Amino acid sequence: MLLLGASGAGKSTLLAALAGLLDEGDQEGRVLIDGRPAREMRAETGIVFQDPQTQLIMSRAGDDVAFGLENRGVPRAEIWPRVDAALAAVGFPYGRARDTAALSGGEQQRLAIAGVIALRPGLLLLDEPTANLDPEGAQLVRTAIAKAMQDVDATMVLVEHRVDEALPLVDRTVVLGEDTDAVWTAGALLPSRRARSAPGEVLLTADALALRHTPQKIDVAVLQGQALAVQGPNGAGKSTLALLLGGLTRPTGGRVVASPALAGPDARRPPHRWPAARLARRIGSVFQNPEHQFVTSTVREELLLGGRSPAVVDDLLSRLRLDKLALANPYTLSGGEQRRLSVATALAAAPRLLILDEPTFGQDLRTWRELVELLADLRDEGRGLVLVTHDAQLVAAIGDERLVLPRC
Amino acid sequence: MLTVPNSWLARRDATAKLLAAALLTAAVLTSIDPLTSGLVAGVLVLVLPLTGVPLKVLLQRGWPILASAGGIFVFTVLLGAREGPVLAHVAGLDVRENAVGYALRLVAIGLPGFVVFATIDPTDLADSLIAHLRVPPRFAIGALAALRLVPLLIDEYRLLRLARRARGIAAGWNPLPLFFSTLFGLLVGAIRRGIRLATAMEARGFDREVLRTTARETHFGWSDASVVVAGLLLAAAVILVKFAHP
Repeated sequence: MLLLGASGAGKSTLLAALAGLLDEGDQEGRVLIDGRPAREMRAETGIVFQDPQTQLIMSRAGDDVAFGLENRGVPRAEIWPRVDAALAAVGFPYGRARDTAALSGGEQQRLAIAGVIALRPGLLLLDEPTANLDPEGAQLVRTAIAKAMQDVDATMVLVEHRVDEALPLVDRTVVLGEDTDAVWTAGALLPSRRARSAPGEVLLTADALALRHTPQKIDVAVLQGQALAVQGPNGAGKSTLALLLGGLTRPTGGRVVASPALAGPDARRPPHRWPAARLARRIGSVFQNPEHQFVTSTVREELLLGGRSPAVVDDLLSRLRLDKLALANPYTLSGGEQRRLSVATALAAAPRLLILDEPTFGQDLRTWRELVELLADLRDEGRGLVLVTHDAQLVAAIGDERLVLPRC
Repeated sequence: MLTVPNSWLARRDATAKLLAAALLTAAVLTSIDPLTSGLVAGVLVLVLPLTGVPLKVLLQRGWPILASAGGIFVFTVLLGAREGPVLAHVAGLDVRENAVGYALRLVAIGLPGFVVFATIDPTDLADSLIAHLRVPPRFAIGALAALRLVPLLIDEYRLLRLARRARGIAAGWNPLPLFFSTLFGLLVGAIRRGIRLATAMEARGFDREVLRTTARETHFGWSDASVVVAGLLLAAAVILVKFAHP
């Protein structure tokens, strides 16, 4: 079964309730599995979460799969055959001794699934298992799920935002909540906002720029009024490139050159040597995790930090539909609201160049549409945009130029 | 993270190695003369091939110990008490026994722990502590899982610093406010990660009352006992030398 719903509709909470992980106080009504409360049926359920890094427990792959079996008191002689069978079922390409920290996100997620199916659950719960992965890794995980479901006689509940890829895995789809406009559906009508006018001056150039761990040298120019999409598999150095272009880290090889149009007299120096306040007024960086960038205790204070007048800040708040949340703590916002706030904080200093790392990651359809419109407006106002993203639909909607980093 | 060599010592039981190192360190702590400290340091360098830790790695990773020992040596020569036998004259300064003694002592105290931890795999340590010292699995495995998150925290701290620069915030004349704001962000992130990890462990039955089995065998044999005996003998030798040369 595929479980859909808007952000905040309670998909993850429902899965936690089914897994018997919810505290009594957080729950009204009952969740019954085979007629008994979910909390008593925990041995029959297995759950895989979104973040691969915080669900692997041991440092060797085989030990990690064995962890759940140990906890259930399975005798040692029985543990290792079941570990090997589970690893084979998800197509895990390495041996038991493989270091779990050395695995890619897709491999880690397959290992997490192996750790759950080794327990032979009657109910398999998957909470956005491919959300953190590049398209290739996500495909491998979906193949692993399909293969594992053939081998075990189990019910599966899958939560995913993007339905197109998930549909072949399920027999039935359930939408949680009334807010169906926000739900991704197969073949949803998406906005298309390509640039209508030709791009303007060059803002920033990468000149034989070296990325850590890769032999490849990057040559690219970011132009005014143009959205440059940076794509490529996990580990290809996309986020490293975003930090370099953003003037946040020093290049280990090659150069980042700002044009006088972007930086005026500071153009003589590379962006990583600009003072922080001047950098923020020229290049805005939006990190993948919005929480990394919050430094004050209210939404309004976050924007005032940019040094703009309160009137400009209030305008920005209403433009990004954050006005009702002006006094809320940034850490208490929903995922979509946090994303809008992190874009707003970068805009508060009015930079002419914006660099965004996975801006649409994990957003429901409504927030996704809003972000596309917002980013396209910013681009049409004459700003330069760099979008580091796995999201092919985002690139289709507003990407004017593409830079694809190869697997290293 | 340290990579554990596949050597004779690395294959020995973790508890045995910890015990041997503890005995040896305790014995060295009781003495300050250069002879006993030199004895311990010398024996450990001689058995280095058994540990599988290359001398180069020892120097690379153990340099803080050597640098501290060098510092202690220099300062004791310059400022230390002018008593005890003079061993050498260097550049018009008297190098006395106490300077050599302090420096060697630091090396002798640091080296056993260093060698032992360089040859212990954290997973083996947790297994061994559970099997032989009856440490509760909830504590040992929990600490092991938490240890895996440490490199993530280091990465996160770096990202938080960069994110603050992107917001236009620099340290200025007083770096403390920025440091504490970064630390707060790190703490929030660490707690979230910790909760997610704990939930994932709970979901796989870690909180259960069922008697836990262990997938990996922990064997304590004669060769493991010999590590403890070797530590004990060396510790006894240190104490004997100390009383023979008061």
